[in-house]
Amino acid sequence: MARLDIESLAKRYGDFYAVRDVSLSVADGEFLVLLGPSGCGKTTTLRMVAGFIEPTSGRVRLGGGDVTLLPPWKRNAGMVFQSYALFPHLTVAQNVAFGLEMRKLARADIERRVEEVLALVRLKGYGGRLPRQLSGGQQQRVALARALAIRPDVLLLDEPLSNLDAKLRQEVRVEIRELQRQLGLTTVMVTHDQEEALTMADRLVVMNEGLVRQVGSQRDLYERPSDRFVAGFVGRSTFLDGTVEAPGRFRTDGGLSLSCRDGRAGRAALALRPERVEIGPAPCAGLDNSLPGTVEFVSYLGALIDIHVRLSPNDRLVVQIANREGGFAPEVGQPVHVGWPASAGLVFSE
Amino acid sequence: MNVAIIRRRAGRWALNGAAALALLYILTPLIFVIWLAFFRQEIPSFPPEGYSLRWFAAILDQRKFVDGFTLSLQIGVLATLIGLALGVPAALCVVRFQFGFRAPLASLLLMPLIVPGVVLGTSMYVFHVELENGLDVDVIGTFYALVAGHVVIVIPWVVRLITASLAGVDRSTEEAAQNLGANAWVTFWRITLPAIRPGIVAGALFGFVTSFGNLEMSLFLVGPGRTTLPIVILQYLEWKIDPTIAAVSVVQILLIAGAMLITDRYVKLARVV
Repeated sequence: MARLDIESLAKRYGDFYAVRDVSLSVADGEFLVLLGPSGCGKTTTLRMVAGFIEPTSGRVRLGGGDVTLLPPWKRNAGMVFQSYALFPHLTVAQNVAFGLEMRKLARADIERRVEEVLALVRLKGYGGRLPRQLSGGQQQRVALARALAIRPDVLLLDEPLSNLDAKLRQEVRVEIRELQRQLGLTTVMVTHDQEEALTMADRLVVMNEGLVRQVGSQRDLYERPSDRFVAGFVGRSTFLDGTVEAPGRFRTDGGLSLSCRDGRAGRAALALRPERVEIGPAPCAGLDNSLPGTVEFVSYLGALIDIHVRLSPNDRLVVQIANREGGFAPEVGQPVHVGWPASAGLVFSE
Repeated sequence: MNVAIIRRRAGRWALNGAAALALLYILTPLIFVIWLAFFRQEIPSFPPEGYSLRWFAAILDQRKFVDGFTLSLQIGVLATLIGLALGVPAALCVVRFQFGFRAPLASLLLMPLIVPGVVLGTSMYVFHVELENGLDVDVIGTFYALVAGHVVIVIPWVVRLITASLAGVDRSTEEAAQNLGANAWVTFWRITLPAIRPGIVAGALFGFVTSFGNLEMSLFLVGPGRTTLPIVILQYLEWKIDPTIAAVSVVQILLIAGAMLITDRYVKLARVV
């Protein structure tokens, strides 16, 4: 295993920048997740690391050596593809052995290592099967085994769970993460699924429009999003548009005057996490902000309930509450009061 | 009974009936030829006076049939092999790369299917004449000129069927091979080629059959003492009408059907064509 450094990487197609300027470092044994909506450049970045796309500018260093100009077959990077990309005409064992044959290992060593790796992904005894005889989850594990067999310097995962059903996905997440820790694999995973990203990563990178918007831990991204995009993409936020009149004082376009964290005077958006807002039948005592409103819409999510509250003709807020027995459960049209501490409101200047 | 059910059944019967008619229309000549091959009398007339295998024996007595068959076989095999060597890279090029000349090139490769055999033969003959005059070497009527001509009519089949096969190959399997350490060449041999094997086998089969049965173009390319089987049959028919020709046809039908059956065991033709 080794560390991976990406320096000012960019990829341009004509006038379009798929990746503008990405610099990242992945420490030895670290699990880094690139998170972002489709088209944000995360997959392009991963493919440049693997060597499938030649960068327009920038460098990729793997284990200290510059691999920017090396073809894929000369980089020791193991990749798991979204479609798994198993060789359909080869058996499971032959699939796993492929990379080892390319490395010209002795027959006996290859066989031993194939056995080891198949045992690692709990597929002992499946070596003689063809990929099409396996379930989706098993195919995914073969793809992982094949990438691990070559003892890569870095493991690259391209949306590895997106073809699994929801239940299996949760199990495989944990499985991959445990394997990664146990083997101390330097790993980069690409995903658009924030829950997946949050549960697996040591560190996350949020990308949008070819740029890194924020790098940090789960807590960093959630509690201290660097901009409006991150606040909306990681977790959920309701945005109220308005103006910062003075530090700590925000006026919405709908005319509500709210206290908030500091902010630069001028046009801004106030972001509120739905679960940080309280709701009740009476004004909220002891909170910096307490406002009357009317329930417009209710989504019953099982463990949670989403309540959309109209505060002014221009301002609507989503409040999320736990579905407790005997808890407050307002209905559409009911007048309510919502409240939150000033510290819960994040201000993003425009 | 329910009217809707009756209507549905009637519809199904009508469809089956139409299919049976079409099939009969295609198969009738074949059935007659096969039947005729076993008639005892020399002049094909109905009803048969009796049955015999003498016409099959008669094929072997006539050297020109045996020679024609051998030549057609040699040309077919050689033209198919060369057609594959050219057609596989051409198909890869057309499917995998983006370039301005792509669509015209794809059409050009299929052109020999559209151009009438006589036109193809004439133009090749003229070309051979020019070549012979220009280079001062033997071209017209040589074995190699004949093979070269047949390569042209084999290529469209090879390209068409391999193109179809390539479209179904998951590109990421090739990337996976490269990721695991295989260079472009190894990736092609170990991953791409096995994946398009059905297309190659089917393309080779259809190319061979096309070459083996070609008459119009070959008429312009054969030389003295070098006659392909279809031409031998044509020449024979100019003099005689006896069931020998039917027997030759039966042998051809059996050979091609055999080739198809054997191929189908390894590659399901219905999936490729």
